[in-house]
Amino acid sequence: MQPLVLSHMSIVNSLGAGLEKTLEALRERSTGLAPCRFESVDLDIHVGEVSGLDNVTLRRDLSEFDCRNNRLAQMALEQDGFEKAVGSARQLYGADRIGLFLGTSTSGILQSELAYRRRDPDTGALPEDFLYSGTQNIFSLAAFVRRYLYLEGPAMVISSACSTTSKVFGNAARMIAAGLCDAAVVGGADSFCLTTLYGFHSLNLLSREPCRPFDPDRDGISIGEGAGFAMLEKSRDPDDTDSVMLLGVGESCDAYHLSTPHPEGLGARLSMERALSSAGLGPEAIDYINLHGTATRTNDAAEDRAIVGLFGDATPCSSTKGWTGHTLGASGITEAIISTLCIRHGLVPGSLHTRRVDPALRSRYMLDNQSAVINRVMSNSFGFGGNNCSIVLGRLR
Amino acid sequence: MIRVFVEGIGLLGPGLNGWNESRLILSGKKNYASLPAELPDCDLLPPPERRRTVPAVKLALAVGIEALFHAGREPSESVTVFASSSGDGETVHQICEALATPEREVSPTCFHNSVHNAPSGYWGIATRSHQPSTSLCAYDASFAAGLLDAAAQTTADGCAVTLIAYDLPFPEPLQTACPIGAVFGTALVLTPNATPRSFARLGLEVTKVRGKTTRLTDTGLEALRTTVPAARSLPLLEALSSGSPSSVILDCHEDFRLYLDVFSC
Repeated sequence: MQPLVLSHMSIVNSLGAGLEKTLEALRERSTGLAPCRFESVDLDIHVGEVSGLDNVTLRRDLSEFDCRNNRLAQMALEQDGFEKAVGSARQLYGADRIGLFLGTSTSGILQSELAYRRRDPDTGALPEDFLYSGTQNIFSLAAFVRRYLYLEGPAMVISSACSTTSKVFGNAARMIAAGLCDAAVVGGADSFCLTTLYGFHSLNLLSREPCRPFDPDRDGISIGEGAGFAMLEKSRDPDDTDSVMLLGVGESCDAYHLSTPHPEGLGARLSMERALSSAGLGPEAIDYINLHGTATRTNDAAEDRAIVGLFGDATPCSSTKGWTGHTLGASGITEAIISTLCIRHGLVPGSLHTRRVDPALRSRYMLDNQSAVINRVMSNSFGFGGNNCSIVLGRLR
Repeated sequence: MIRVFVEGIGLLGPGLNGWNESRLILSGKKNYASLPAELPDCDLLPPPERRRTVPAVKLALAVGIEALFHAGREPSESVTVFASSSGDGETVHQICEALATPEREVSPTCFHNSVHNAPSGYWGIATRSHQPSTSLCAYDASFAAGLLDAAAQTTADGCAVTLIAYDLPFPEPLQTACPIGAVFGTALVLTPNATPRSFARLGLEVTKVRGKTTRLTDTGLEALRTTVPAARSLPLLEALSSGSPSSVILDCHEDFRLYLDVFSC
């Protein structure tokens, strides 16, 4: 594919608001995970909650979209000069030539969950203040952001569980390649809701402790909230060897099971192979792999097999979910942005909370932070439904 | 403007039972009479998964398989794009009901079925396809957004892409909050170049408002178009049924439109 520059980014998660907070936490190895105090949840688990969302007020003209997920999205849009950068892009390309490709897995479903507690005892009706399309509907996020950023181009929300905000890079790249837009805003948001907290609990996939990817004693995920956005544009400078670019995207389906990954990591390997092929690179060109690394027994084992099969056991890799938790539908953009920070600042993050590497896993899993020249990173995201996506980010040589 | 070719169509909705029968209705050769659509079981799924399939999955798989059969293609080889506004309202309803009780016991099957890409997951299992698959949503413009995404992918990656658009009514109390008129699904198999199976060529262009959204003359079909997001596809399906060159305008977001030129080939 034609490389696209990640010209601007913004991020919010349990580590704080803005790129600097995430970078600082990565360097200082401080986690965003803490015992769950969200809403009325009675589960004994650690989560990565974004503080201050209850006090966010959506821009006055967009109150119909008020829900935790859109508040989180607005908080991210306000960081790192992102709105201003989109404003400049509107001037340059025209608002109708900028596409919007966002992802979320659960959108504003929390509003529906809360509304179901307030049904009319006689008729069963939901309360009149419940607004379905601005909250629960999957598109609510893009409808909100499109108006918030005054964009007038194609817009869609991709929703394929935990691979969603990696896949949006592919949707954007194809739309730009086909000439349907000149630039794109990609990213997304996923916020706490009872559906995911109690849903993952029903599958026995939640860890009581902060999650420990690749540890022999790993026992499940820590759910986190997160949002992030990035602007993708064609490079205007053929000699640009400094900017971090989207170099490749690979996607696949497991065709195995709705909520269990293929045991051999078949789909994971296919998505990584396709990402390399899309970037025109061999495995040796990748300096660091940011794993999906959820800390479930099955994910880490399957991903490890796929990594060793394709890369061997020499490429440094780690999961950063010990910092942010698994931000589910936002994990793709969260980790794409973390990967970009790693390239810019020459950082290989060693897994947080992992005490030792499971001897049954054979990839070169990093436990301590290291400084290194990193030119290209692969970032993996695998989701329920067996939808997988890997992206390659890095500098042109 | 980008150009793609159509090789196959699937269609299932009230009084629209498959493309071969429905094209006579859409081209005005037969009268339209609305009857509830019957959703077939997908016999490609292994029995454990078949038992778990919810109506949304049955609908999406039925129209997708029909379109690929029409195109004469092996279902496992096609890239897929699933587009839906409603998603699976029945499953969301069951989860919200469970979460409103003191026990908050969510069924694991319900939970994994609740993801917007559940039909894509079942599609992979049914067809044994490892091809890329997108699941998207864009309110009432979900079909138009899916068509745009599928056309962009066909063009950019040079591969056949099957678009599957579907929507179903919600159970109460959600149906009152978001009324959806009927069960409706459709699928199109798109290719970047003409093949011996191509029967139509589409030109797609996106732009700000220029002209009015295409409507249907039959009042029953027009009612379907305005009450089911996936049925916003009907003006295009009507144009494809007639075989004569025509232009179709689908509304997307606010002042944004998708313009389609349809030629038979």
